[in-house]
Amino acid sequence: MTITEVSRLNPDDPHGHLQELRTDPIGLLHRVREECGDIGSFRLADRDVVLVSGAEANEQFFRAPDSTLDQAAAYPFMTPIFGKGVVFDATPEERQQMLKNQALRGDMMRGHATTIENEIRRMVGSWGEEGEIDLLDWFAELTIYTTSACLVGTPFREELDASFAQHYHDLERGTDALAYVDPYADIESFRRRDSAREKLVELVQAIIDRRKIRGTVPRDERDLLDVLISIDLSADYITGIFISMMFAGHHTSSGTAAWALIELLRHPEVLEDVVTELDDLYSDGSEVSFQALRSIPRLESALKETLRLHPPLIILLRLVQEEVELAGHTIAAGTMVAASPRVSNRIAEDFPEPGLFDPGRYVDPRQEDLQNRWTWIPFGAGRHRCVGNAFAMMQLKAIFSVILRDYEFELAQPSESYRDDCSKMVIQLEQPCRVKYRRRSR
Amino acid sequence: MRAVADLDLCQAHQMCQTEAPDVFGFDEATDQVVVLIDQPAESQRDEVLAAVRYCPAMALSVEED
Repeated sequence: MTITEVSRLNPDDPHGHLQELRTDPIGLLHRVREECGDIGSFRLADRDVVLVSGAEANEQFFRAPDSTLDQAAAYPFMTPIFGKGVVFDATPEERQQMLKNQALRGDMMRGHATTIENEIRRMVGSWGEEGEIDLLDWFAELTIYTTSACLVGTPFREELDASFAQHYHDLERGTDALAYVDPYADIESFRRRDSAREKLVELVQAIIDRRKIRGTVPRDERDLLDVLISIDLSADYITGIFISMMFAGHHTSSGTAAWALIELLRHPEVLEDVVTELDDLYSDGSEVSFQALRSIPRLESALKETLRLHPPLIILLRLVQEEVELAGHTIAAGTMVAASPRVSNRIAEDFPEPGLFDPGRYVDPRQEDLQNRWTWIPFGAGRHRCVGNAFAMMQLKAIFSVILRDYEFELAQPSESYRDDCSKMVIQLEQPCRVKYRRRSR
Repeated sequence: MRAVADLDLCQAHQMCQTEAPDVFGFDEATDQVVVLIDQPAESQRDEVLAAVRYCPAMALSVEED
């Protein structure tokens, strides 16, 4: 039995479904499940991509060992972003493990929570009594500061300003799926990507130069940058390392924070519940850095529901290294296989009324996340489930603990005008996406 | 109630060491969780469920008898 290919909306596209993936990837991914069921395929340039969904096929996909399904080769659009000449000695799996061991260890979370609280307070420090912010710009800048401070070190973060966030944003915008045909094609977003990377290298080079003039500092004042300078790595190489370390945690957290605020404002009854929960929780004067690491059930449920409806990554890809069995089909080496958080998170059998924002799903006894471990997959699943998810949840809890207690918000545009721009593999809010804030009278 | 750990999924975050240290241990050699009490007492239910809920790898679960 062969795997069914999903219908083609652009029969003239020489690259199969590429054009659709660049304009309406969500429509394409949902159509695969509608037309083909738990396993179906679409054509991406010179490869077939086999997309699985549903608990059984997802479990096979996520449990497959690295030797069978390879991550690195599946994301060619990342190579020019990390840097063509930057060759890592470690596989993505090993890098993920290193990041977890070095920066995301459970015992380091308390320090990260304090760092994050400080960064949020600095960002709102420039706010007046009332005003307006653009959600994409604001959260993208905040999360550049938090990820750089927590993963590289606070001395490095102190050297950054909004220009770093701006260039970083251009890198993220340089993830056009056209990279599956040619990652160096002569298009605007790739030109901007390459020039942004050069600017970031210049910024890092200037920081390195200042550190060399400054000379060595005591061990406890050093950060990762000092370590990398001491082993004589180039600014280009160091920048590549920082870009890759920050990539997974940046646009994902930024987008989730923005969508969580939008969904809370769309659902005033949920917002009121969460604000009451936070007011009660902090009425004893406890610290955000303390509470963000603990249970905040109603806020957590609202965040989980935001992640279910708006997973930052809509498709997770692997390249088949050795023949693998998925949903009763044998998939040959060289094929790409994929799972889709966007599609699986909305399977109606697992999540009744899947389009509805309902944080009640996560309350006992429903617990739709724990009940559906292979289809509630905003963080992926299995052995490569996002190692940063506890860090991400803590950061989100810290952000909302600060901003919802000190400010009230209001949508500045029609509710349905907030939507994602899906024209790149890194999905981001479409601008404008503005909200109004006003300091709360307490 | 039975406490179950899926060793294919454990990523060694050790959150369960904070939530339910009597029920879940950690093996430094294998870098993985160890179930210390296979059938926790009813009085340990809340801490076990917290460990299940906050495991960043979703590697823990509870099976009812």
